[in-house]
Amino acid sequence: MARMKFLCDAERCIECNGCVTACKQENEVPWGVNRRRVVTLNDGVPGEKSISVACMHCSDAPCMAVCPVDVFYRTEEGVVLHDKDLCIGCGYCFYACPFGAPQFPQAGAFGMRGKMDKCTFCAGGPEKDNSKEEFAKYGSNRLAQGKLPACAEMCSTKALLGGDGDVIADIFRARALKRGKGAEVWGWGTAYGKPDNPRQQAPKGAKS
Amino acid sequence: MISARKLVFAGAALVAVAALAGCGENEQVIVYQQGKYQGKPDTRPWENDPGAGLYTTSKWTKGDKSSWEAALRSRNQNQNEYARVE
Repeated sequence: MARMKFLCDAERCIECNGCVTACKQENEVPWGVNRRRVVTLNDGVPGEKSISVACMHCSDAPCMAVCPVDVFYRTEEGVVLHDKDLCIGCGYCFYACPFGAPQFPQAGAFGMRGKMDKCTFCAGGPEKDNSKEEFAKYGSNRLAQGKLPACAEMCSTKALLGGDGDVIADIFRARALKRGKGAEVWGWGTAYGKPDNPRQQAPKGAKS
Repeated sequence: MISARKLVFAGAALVAVAALAGCGENEQVIVYQQGKYQGKPDTRPWENDPGAGLYTTSKWTKGDKSSWEAALRSRNQNQNEYARVE
């Protein structure tokens, strides 16, 4: 059975925020709501690491456990979705989520919280698939079109993988075996291929 | 009459059982009481007609989960540049 998951390769993510933009564009996410964002550790320091974070579609989702009105459900393919018609915007799910995935549109003079919005793995919600109502509430339903999430499919460096957990784990494993680990994945040779003549000396004064 | 030797054996066996009880693997993760979903039912992605969507590109048989999964699996390989290049 498919278990839809995201996997972000920190060695490859270049913090371009293309995934964030793709998500915003694909789902027409309102201003102030970020279903996906890129987090960078040691920003500006050589060796900085970035990863793209959104709802991880947990197998034992804490948001589901704490929701007082039980709006969450998990689909057969392992995607955690919710019904916005019932959401009361209490924010419990935001406190429970370790990834800060639930987002709340804030409008009005008193900063009131709207109904919760989060990554749907581009699977829409409990409305007729690919209908106007579904798009307005939850965004695009790419899974019903036989596609994968927009963020993962358009990632330029293929750092962000999205799809069946077993399949993306295989892709990542093959990649890690090929390129090595730690310091092996750094440097000119990794980025542009190995030199034709490895013993050739660089000209004096040349920068690597 | 139970001999002292048997008593010692019985005592040792009891101590061994008590000691082994510490090696048990008890569930250490809280089992959450899952709430019952109160919202509307949702249709499953493979129940859609692949020809119905304007932007549908993958091919599967309507209602057949395994063919939908196979379509997604092959699409997943687009994210594997080693498979694309080599």
